[in-house]
Amino acid sequence: MQTKTSKSALFPYVLWIAFFVIAPIALVVYYSLLDLHGNFTLDNYKAFFTSVYLKMTLSSFWYAFLITFFTLVISYPTAYFLTKTKHKQLWLLLIIIPSWINLLLKTYAFIGIFGLYGPINAFIEVFGFDPKQMLFTDISFVFVSVYIFIPFMILPIFNSLDRLNPTLIYASRDLGASAFTTFRRVVLPLTMDGVKSGIQVVFIPALSLFMITRLIAGNRVITLGTAIEQQFLVTQNWGMGSTIAVFLILFMVIIMLITGQKDKGGRVR
Amino acid sequence: MNKLSTSAKVYLTIVFIVLYAPIFYLIFYSFNSGGSMNNFESFTLEHYQAVFEDSRLLVILINTVIVALLSALISTIIGTLGAIGIVTVKDSKMRNTLLSLNNVLIVSPDVIIGASFLILFTMVGIKLGFASVLLAHVAFSVPIVVLMVLPKLLEMNKSLIDAALDLGATKKDVMMRVILPYIQPGIFAGFFLALTYSLDDFAVTFFVTGNGFSTLSVEIYSMARAGISLTVNAISGLVFFVTVLIVVGYYFITSRTSKRMEGQR
Repeated sequence: MQTKTSKSALFPYVLWIAFFVIAPIALVVYYSLLDLHGNFTLDNYKAFFTSVYLKMTLSSFWYAFLITFFTLVISYPTAYFLTKTKHKQLWLLLIIIPSWINLLLKTYAFIGIFGLYGPINAFIEVFGFDPKQMLFTDISFVFVSVYIFIPFMILPIFNSLDRLNPTLIYASRDLGASAFTTFRRVVLPLTMDGVKSGIQVVFIPALSLFMITRLIAGNRVITLGTAIEQQFLVTQNWGMGSTIAVFLILFMVIIMLITGQKDKGGRVR
Repeated sequence: MNKLSTSAKVYLTIVFIVLYAPIFYLIFYSFNSGGSMNNFESFTLEHYQAVFEDSRLLVILINTVIVALLSALISTIIGTLGAIGIVTVKDSKMRNTLLSLNNVLIVSPDVIIGASFLILFTMVGIKLGFASVLLAHVAFSVPIVVLMVLPKLLEMNKSLIDAALDLGATKKDVMMRVILPYIQPGIFAGFFLALTYSLDDFAVTFFVTGNGFSTLSVEIYSMARAGISLTVNAISGLVFFVTVLIVVGYYFITSRTSKRMEGQR
């Protein structure tokens, strides 16, 4: 390919990398070492290891785990059945469309649905139960998050199931394996890559969601993302916010190393 | 393939219902003359009318569209040039480094992108508002464009370029009449994705928008925090309509040209 003209094409792109990829990360690390008055200190890191922040980190991981788990449990069979439908690409597209609708609008819908006079409570009342306040609970938070993430989990699993060679399944059945054994020993291991990238695209954003916690969980649930937003925009303690961000980046790298990264999945906001 | 069992059909149906119910719930109540999302009184278009009569909201809508179009355009240019540049890098280590750096903003949580950009813009002295939002959107759209254009460049047969050069084409001719037309589907896909990412983004924008400048998602967030307002429902009806249009357009373009791009998102 061209040498001179094409090499100079790289210039704005490299500038972009320097300015928007490297500089921001460096700045976050730099700010994590500053206190409120701009002096160098390790206090933020010390603070992170106090019980308040450790508890928050643990609960953030716990919620992210729950969200990922339920999303996976719902999505795997969905993806599996989807690959068996006649117009599977069309059905997949229909699964994807809701993920293109603004996240906030979908979350907002649940304010109405879970509300004291909303349809779910109306439904419960038919059976003679008293209406319950479902908003501002952690269950509603997990439910809404799972709802948001389902398409992002289905997509990579669908792709890996779709790539699976059906003759392997026939072979397994011919050799006497039951449907369940075939699934456990053949289908699941061969689609593990899809599951892993699904986990990756759900778990990391689940650690850092903040608008759903604010709108649905009413500050009852605090994730790492909520804490960062709080420190940056409310408390104005950029140092502490950056420190939490540094740890979130570390967790992210660890998760990506564990789940591998052959497939680049979607991204969720 | 064996046929779907009834239970599988039921399961899929439930998933589809659950996925679409909240969206249609919103749109349904956007036509409610009552003030809540609970009991439907009678059909009205007043909430849609309210959207179009609210000049503040219209300004926000225009801002959102301008930022989306401009950022998609700029990031498409930078990203396409970047992809062309990456292909010329022969050193595989160097190339992998570039590609890894490219993916950083794709996998990073929005909160981190938003917070780090906030620090960056404040340090450099860029006023929070239109400029910072535009820059942020360009920044997170560039890697997507690269990922859309790169496969097209890699599958391109190098002898096409050699042939063009042998036939006396200048370097500019090769770029304009051979390379760009060939990778055009990738460029379009990148532009569309950048557009939707920009329209959709909330978290990053929320961090880098100051007072006085707002995009639709930021505005929806503050409206939703204040409680239920059927204006938001009307907006969601409009957004749903536009989204479906964009998705259909996007799939029309990509599926017509290349099957490989499917599932990239």
